[in-house]
Amino acid sequence: MSENTAGQSALVRVEGVEKVFHRGAEEIHVLSQLNLEVPAGQFLALMGPSGSGKSTLLNLIGGLDRPTQGTVNVGGDRLDTLSDRALAAWRARHVGFVFQLYNLIPVLTAERNVELPLLLTPLSPAERRKHVATALAVVGLSHRAKHYPRTLSGGEQQRVGIARGIVTDPTLLLCDEPTGDLDRKAGDEVLNLLQALNREQGKTIIMVTHDPHASARAARTVYLNKGRLTNEPET
Amino acid sequence: MRFLHLIWGNLTRKKLRTALTLLTVLVAFVLFGFLSAIKQALVGGVELAGADRLIVRHKVSIIQLLPVAYQARMERIPGVAAAAHQTWFGGIYQDPRNFFMQCPVVPDQFMAMFPEFRLPSAQMQAWLATRTGAIVGRKTAERFHWKVGDRIPIMSPIWMRRTWEFDLVGIFDGRDKGTDTTGMFFRYDYFDEVRKTQNWGQGLVGWYTIRVKDPAQAADTARRVDEEFANSPAETKTEPEGAFVQAWANQVGNIALIVAGILGAVFFTILLVTGSTMSQAVRERIGELGVLKAIGFTNGQILGLVLAESCLLTVLGGGLGLGLAWLIIARGDPTGGLLPMFFLPGRDLLLGLGLSLALGLVTGILPARQATRLRVADALRRL
Repeated sequence: MSENTAGQSALVRVEGVEKVFHRGAEEIHVLSQLNLEVPAGQFLALMGPSGSGKSTLLNLIGGLDRPTQGTVNVGGDRLDTLSDRALAAWRARHVGFVFQLYNLIPVLTAERNVELPLLLTPLSPAERRKHVATALAVVGLSHRAKHYPRTLSGGEQQRVGIARGIVTDPTLLLCDEPTGDLDRKAGDEVLNLLQALNREQGKTIIMVTHDPHASARAARTVYLNKGRLTNEPET
Repeated sequence: MRFLHLIWGNLTRKKLRTALTLLTVLVAFVLFGFLSAIKQALVGGVELAGADRLIVRHKVSIIQLLPVAYQARMERIPGVAAAAHQTWFGGIYQDPRNFFMQCPVVPDQFMAMFPEFRLPSAQMQAWLATRTGAIVGRKTAERFHWKVGDRIPIMSPIWMRRTWEFDLVGIFDGRDKGTDTTGMFFRYDYFDEVRKTQNWGQGLVGWYTIRVKDPAQAADTARRVDEEFANSPAETKTEPEGAFVQAWANQVGNIALIVAGILGAVFFTILLVTGSTMSQAVRERIGELGVLKAIGFTNGQILGLVLAESCLLTVLGGGLGLGLAWLIIARGDPTGGLLPMFFLPGRDLLLGLGLSLALGLVTGILPARQATRLRVADALRRL
């Protein structure tokens, strides 16, 4: 089954992808002959039951893992052919990640967490500070810049995580269950923010979620079940 | 430098654990500093020994005396530029624990032989003019609060078992930091005159120091000296001053080997302690390392971060330990005179810092490799 979008240039193009994990002698086929195109500027929700391969697919698109077979092309770069070093550099330049459990570094303040991806760039400290201030302003947390993660609420921590994801102005934002650990109110704030980033700044967003309420904010939703993509949830 | 706050943050994450590890490293390097100072005190003289000086002693043992008449014969041997003698006095000032060396010498010959002792010329003239005059090194003068003009009573259990009185006419300093300034020297003519009145030991000296004209010919000159006195009642053994000092130190044992053995055991223990701390620190934050990799940190950068953290820990502990050792050692010889050249050489300070860095690299390399081998997707699952 393929999932194609006609009429728009694809930023993400996944073709014939298979992903097999090995557990001892056992082979686990997580993704099978999977095709997906995501146009630039689209907000895509990726839904499916646990173990369906959503996070695996997200990892392949984000260059965190390699397919067993098939190609992953993002913005003209063939990720499946890049070396580890080149892939790391590509991630630093082109992709921002938002995780379910925020994954902030607890020993760093909010602004230092947001600054992390910029440490890999040649920007001066003053330039880094400027970018960090902008990113924190976008997520509405300028006043919490000096706070450590343990002093922030879950929603605030996730917004810091989003600020870290967008601080390098990446082409693509990959969100793995960004509201999965938040209450409805905080989750809505995060979804509002993602929608704004998509609409106002043109960010391409791929969001893995279990939550229909969250997927409803996306422009398009695809479903992954038993390693295959469909346009409709399986009943 | 741009990663410093991250490295420091990780290091101070578990403050108690870091403090205890730091303390362990600190104690190890205080010990390193102390053992280095002790080694310096015991064998440092070997390095400072004059390359152009030979020691001539009795062939049987240093405690057997040699005739003073040998001096003139030595000075006639080809290759010998000058000769000066000394004799072990073994005196006690007030208490046997107040140990320091005293020797009767011929002042002008002695000062010419040992230019590393610096004595003001007025004090030298006073010494030449005072038969009971003595000079003493700065360390001993400060230790007993002696000043020029004092009369110093020294009881000698070797020479006539009597108290000798000396007029302190000079205080000498050392040319180099390692120069021993704990000795006291007095005039041989006064010493021999007293011995003459008691008819005991007159005309005998402990050992000679000779200066050779050409250090390259020192071995030949030593052989000629020993040949000169062969088959006499007092045969000699001549050796370079460095070898003589080394043999003296070796009476205690092979200092370098003892020090290396103790430090080896200590550093092996530290290696295990610090290595365990670093492994635990990395295991605890595998997920965070996964996040760093996800946002673009390369394996090399992750390796560098972990290594920098372990090196910062050991260099900080090592630096503080060496600093503390230096402060304690700067207070002087803790034995009350048995280790006159007790100080921490700059060379050993640098060696200590190098060791602390090496310790950081060795203890950090395994956890760092473990961190770089993490697959990002696996690491993120362990959050």
